[in-house]
Amino acid sequence: MPAAQPAPLTLVPPAAEPAPRTIVDIRNLTLTYQAADHPVYALSDVSLSISKGDFISLIGPSGCGKTTLMRVVADLEQPTSGEVTVNGMTPEQARLKRAYGYVFQAPALYPWRTVERNVMLPLEIMGLPKAERQQRAREQLELVGLAGFERKFPWQLSGGMQQRVSIARALAFAPDLLLMDEPFGALDEITRDHLNLQLTRLWLSTRKTCIFVTHSIAEAVFLSTRIVVMSPRPGRILDVIDCDRDLPRERTLDIRESPEFQRIAHRVRDGLMEGHSYDD
Amino acid sequence: MNRPNMAPPTMAPWPLVMLAAPLLPFATLDGTALYLPQIPAALALFALSVATILARRLPGSALGEALLLLAGVAAAYATPLVLLTQGHALAQAGGLWLSVAGTTLLLWRVLALLADVAGPVRLAGPALFGLALVMLWEILTRGFQVPTILLPPPSLVLTAFAANAADLWDDFRQTVLISVLRGYLIGCGAGFLVAILADRVPFLARGLLPLGNLASAVPVVGIAPIMVMWFGFDWQSKAAVIVVMTFFPMLINTLAGLQSAERIQLDLMRSYGAGYWRTLAMLRLPCALPFLFNGLKINSTLALIGAIVAEFFGTPVVGMGFRISTQVARMNLDVVWATIAVAALTGSLLYGALALAERHVTAWHPSFRKR
Repeated sequence: MPAAQPAPLTLVPPAAEPAPRTIVDIRNLTLTYQAADHPVYALSDVSLSISKGDFISLIGPSGCGKTTLMRVVADLEQPTSGEVTVNGMTPEQARLKRAYGYVFQAPALYPWRTVERNVMLPLEIMGLPKAERQQRAREQLELVGLAGFERKFPWQLSGGMQQRVSIARALAFAPDLLLMDEPFGALDEITRDHLNLQLTRLWLSTRKTCIFVTHSIAEAVFLSTRIVVMSPRPGRILDVIDCDRDLPRERTLDIRESPEFQRIAHRVRDGLMEGHSYDD
Repeated sequence: MNRPNMAPPTMAPWPLVMLAAPLLPFATLDGTALYLPQIPAALALFALSVATILARRLPGSALGEALLLLAGVAAAYATPLVLLTQGHALAQAGGLWLSVAGTTLLLWRVLALLADVAGPVRLAGPALFGLALVMLWEILTRGFQVPTILLPPPSLVLTAFAANAADLWDDFRQTVLISVLRGYLIGCGAGFLVAILADRVPFLARGLLPLGNLASAVPVVGIAPIMVMWFGFDWQSKAAVIVVMTFFPMLINTLAGLQSAERIQLDLMRSYGAGYWRTLAMLRLPCALPFLFNGLKINSTLALIGAIVAEFFGTPVVGMGFRISTQVARMNLDVVWATIAVAALTGSLLYGALALAERHVTAWHPSFRKR
């Protein structure tokens, strides 16, 4: 029986897991902009390092800069000071190399394109041949459970389905990094649970690095390997919680009843309290 | 609204005013008032109208009822024409006009019935409405002997149309196919291209938009003679007037359209590393399409007006504006009306074609989409 014998030699020694490669490195990031009468500190001295395969949730109240932080990573916003590297490049280089897929708060589908052609949009921009575009779009739509909806128009789909199309679109060109800005914020809880489950399966099977902005504590704990708790005015990081130690990688919805889950959720809530998020 | 399983709504009682018609004279002949029983043809047609009302339930379907009542309406509208050919005068024929009024109300019901019928028959409604207007125009102008200088009956306009078909075709070719088409294409094209430029160069937009307001306030009768002096009598001056009239509506609409793409959609293109031109082609122009069509539709009517007015101020001896101005001077109002009919038809067809193209191209837009 194998249990009684010494472990057979394997090619990769189990103890020596290779040091996780850093995908996103944020150092002393500050972003201020000038409002009508006073400067607004959207982000203040934020440092964060995200490794390959991580699922990072940014959680915090409105105005804590979590979306801004992600937009800086995506080169949709320019920092005032500090350094950001994505795959060892500047955010702009990374954007031009299409290193990330971005899922917005709204599906942002183009109403004049069918579902399939919406998913093909980034592929068209990359100049892939038509047959390959079509094949990849089909694959991605199947992955998010929308096979058979290729020829529909976005406005013929429900809100949850539209957001799944936008995820398929972000996955279509196979970026290593997936940035998601409250993608399920506008959906009802049942749809949201369902999509959370699909997303965690997707993440397990594709091994993408994900940054996920959310308002929901349960969602953050359920999905993440690490949770970054942020507080507003100025936007800063209060706490970084490691979920991977206590929760298994493969998760089902009932994990939310477990004491480990509750403990992490409690810690997130404590962090938010500490940042006086409930004061106003 | 589709109401397939509902019985057709009951008929309003108003068409029954025609039952009072026999009490009043139906025509006058050499100064004597004649009543219904004295004119066999009128009596027969009147009886037919009344019979269709009484028998309207017999066909058992909305379409059948509509067709039956339509026959009644046609009979009533035919009566004055028949009486006129028999030499009767109709100006004091109270009974006749009462029956025409009653059947016109009956036509209302026919149109309401047709509107509820599914399928291509629905399209017959608007056509019948237009036809009825023309018929009433014919009956009233001839029945009351309106001077043809004021308003010729449509039959006379049609005769003039046939008699002058060659001239009208030449006018159409000169005004529409040469002046309007070229002016419209140049004006709209320039407005579109300058809008794209102005969108990239903000100071250009800021400088041009006030000028656009100014240009839209300039009366066409003011610029037209100037353009004729600048560009001569032929199509060039007409095209120039059209360019002045259509340039700014197109510019303003295109600019508004280019700005209609949402922030989030633009961010998406940026996240794909798409540059200016690609974003323009794949996002901003499709977003602008409804606005572009708006501009094109407004301009299609403006262009025709511009060309016709400009032709008043000088043209080779051909063109719709030339025809109107010379035939008015000769009191040939039937030819003027025929020209007006050609212009109206052309304008409607242009507009209709654009509207159809818009429906096809922007079927995704909320104003057209069907689930």
